Amino acid sequence: MSFVSIAYTALFYAAAIVFLVGVGARIYRYAKTPAPLKIPTTPAPTTTGGVVLRMFREVVFFQSLFRSNKWIWIFGWIFHFSLLLVLLRHIRYFQDQVWLWVTLIQPFGKYAAFGMIIGLLGLWARRILVDRVRYISAPSDHLMLALLIGIGLSGMMMTFVSHTDIVSVKAFFLGMMRFSPQELPTDPALLIHLFLVALLLIVFPISKLLHAPGVFFSPTRNQVDNPREKRHLAPWAAELEK
Amino acid sequence: MADFDVPKFREIPIIPKLQEGTMEHSKPYVAKADFQQPLGYPGELLDNWKEVAIDKMGELLGKYRSFQVFLDACVKCGACTDKCHYYLGTTDPKNMPVGRQDLLRKVYRRYFTFAGKYFPKLVGAQDLTEEVLDDWYSYFHQCSQCRRCSVFCPYGIDTAEISMAAREIMDAVGKGQKYCNEIIGKVFKVGNNLGLPQPALEDTLEGIEEDVEEETGVKVRYPLDEKGAEVLLVTPSADFFAEPHVDGLIGYGKVFHEAGISWTLSSHASEAANFGMFIGSYENMKRVSMRIREAALDLGVKRIIFGECGHAWRVAYSFLNTLAGPFDFLDPNYPVPQHICEFTHDLIKQGKLNLDKSRNDDMTLTYHDSCNVARASRMGDTPGGQFTIPRDIIKASCNNFYDMSADTVYDSTYCCGGGGGLLTDDLMELRVKGALPRMEALKKVVDEHGVTHMAAICAICKSQFAKVMPYYGFTLDQIVSVHQLVSNALILTGQKSDDDEDEGDED
Ligand code: HEM
Ligand code: SF4
Ligand code: SF4
Repeated sequence: MSFVSIAYTALFYAAAIVFLVGVGARIYRYAKTPAPLKIPTTPAPTTTGGVVLRMFREVVFFQSLFRSNKWIWIFGWIFHFSLLLVLLRHIRYFQDQVWLWVTLIQPFGKYAAFGMIIGLLGLWARRILVDRVRYISAPSDHLMLALLIGIGLSGMMMTFVSHTDIVSVKAFFLGMMRFSPQELPTDPALLIHLFLVALLLIVFPISKLLHAPGVFFSPTRNQVDNPREKRHLAPWAAELEK
Repeated sequence: MADFDVPKFREIPIIPKLQEGTMEHSKPYVAKADFQQPLGYPGELLDNWKEVAIDKMGELLGKYRSFQVFLDACVKCGACTDKCHYYLGTTDPKNMPVGRQDLLRKVYRRYFTFAGKYFPKLVGAQDLTEEVLDDWYSYFHQCSQCRRCSVFCPYGIDTAEISMAAREIMDAVGKGQKYCNEIIGKVFKVGNNLGLPQPALEDTLEGIEEDVEEETGVKVRYPLDEKGAEVLLVTPSADFFAEPHVDGLIGYGKVFHEAGISWTLSSHASEAANFGMFIGSYENMKRVSMRIREAALDLGVKRIIFGECGHAWRVAYSFLNTLAGPFDFLDPNYPVPQHICEFTHDLIKQGKLNLDKSRNDDMTLTYHDSCNVARASRMGDTPGGQFTIPRDIIKASCNNFYDMSADTVYDSTYCCGGGGGLLTDDLMELRVKGALPRMEALKKVVDEHGVTHMAAICAICKSQFAKVMPYYGFTLDQIVSVHQLVSNALILTGQKSDDDEDEGDED
């Protein structure tokens, strides 16, 4: 195997482990930390079903953001849902037998890349142009956008400009999944794309990308509004009663 | 009138350009040892305060999921940046909700995250220094914990939770705020925020009984510490004497009278407010709450009802069952606790109150949704009852009512500017500036609909508005209690005929 193939194999194993263990540890921490008081932002649903609906509206439509700021909402929503389509489209590189629906969304997933870039550029423009958003931005906030745009552009290079040997790429990832490493084609666009993706996986658990699991654990959004009906008591608070 | 510039009404409410440091000087008095120690905090700044602060932060991260998740999840999208009344009124970027959170987040990142430990510059992480602590003291006492930011954040990040944690950390290192800590001490010692002892309460209530009898000819009772009463009423101590609060208390008494339900106040729990929440202290909040349980048990009541108070209702509605429950010794047919508005609303629905709306015809009203009622509690059975129930009561008591603009009411309501432990004279500049968005919205309905009065159901809102409205060209008596309106309109069974007292009724 070539040096590049070995390096990328190692990189992707490492990245996958960091991502899975890192995000898993974070989720575990969120789940086990108690929320001692009922603090849903009201008006809030009074049933669990209602909370599931509220969360659905937040995650799928970014409802609060919609109420809050139409520009961030439109760019943010375009970016995230393009990203989702793009990710779903990528499933086929990890499957021997590609699911039908994955095949069917290929054309959409392909052009969703443009949506991703437009959304990200819009968000970046706000970050630079709006004084309030500029003030709260750290270098990492800009770099995160650069990273995602880099992933998007290098991916689009391969889709729309100079195709890579996609059959070999697929063989590479299937090989990794079966623990029998394969050669990786070495055209620059592919290597850049994959390197950035590995970087994204590695920074995920130590960056603001934790908003993705975090949103599900936000007590102001995931609590049922029933404090009078049902006594809510955290374990450490129960200790105080003794 | 003031040694600072009162903000001007904006012609078009555009979002102001930020100006760094405009409110850096705003700091409340630091609590002396006498006020710190009774709450279990060190009397002055500890020598090893940095370690203690970091340890405390670590402890809170393990105790409060909100704190942990909110510190991690923010993506700096900027959606909250224009949502805080203190930012709009002061243009200080550290008063943008995310700007405020970042004061603490940068320290969290430095000591608790991989990126902050090894790449601090990259992620804006910073060591805990004296300047940072100063900033904390300044800006975490410029948050009224109103939760407006949490409504508009895509993850519901509630800066109030961060402020509470920050204040708890500052208390733990010996840098507490005088106003809150002194008051909590008074509650433990005397029973209420104002330090009114039992005999003073008794006196006041007797005075009220006499006044009401003189005005209406009906003997309405305002009982204190009466064992065996059906209802324990817990109300903010401002209701005992300050205007317009006391008119609300008069109203509650009249409503109980008409309902034919026996009730009592308690000198042991003569305070609905719970400043333990403002300083983020579960233990102190619990201790303050336990007075209410003790009073209910001692007096043998069957129900607990809270008077008009915003954050008190949050603690009552959302936390009381947790902090001082279970309340299985009370009548299970009623929610514990109930809000006086829920109680009055039920009576109105049953047609038990004879309300003559025309008796409030000298006023045209609007209603200020108090932040903690609006975004941290509920009334009635359905979500949003906290908006409709008080309005229903007002509309049943008055002919003229207009709401302020939609983006300033319901769960988008603006805080009065004095909540969250900031209702103190040493923060007057902040209070005046923070009131700007509400004052603008009020001005609009005054100009468009001839509104003369604004009603509220919170003791802090009422005190705050009475104080700051004059800065904006209003008068201090333009803020009224909701139960004051009920009191005006309510014709008691057997009340003297109207003509006898019409002249004296002018506002
Ligand atoms: C449950 C899934 C997710 C939800 C509900 C979600 C929601 C949001 C929302 C509401 C925002 C703020 C608005 C905006 O700037 O777009 C945001 C920002 C962001 N999200 Fe997500 N997101 C999710 C997953 C992801 C994933 C998987 C990634 C990347 C791999 C990602 C990357 C970002 C980035 C980089 C920003 C900041 C954009 C900026 O700098 O302005 N998100 N997300
Ligand atoms: S709206 Fe929420 S996520 Fe966005 S900057 Fe404000 S606190 Fe952070
Ligand atoms: S809770 Fe209220 S006062 Fe505090 S930052 Fe949020 S909007 Fe401002």
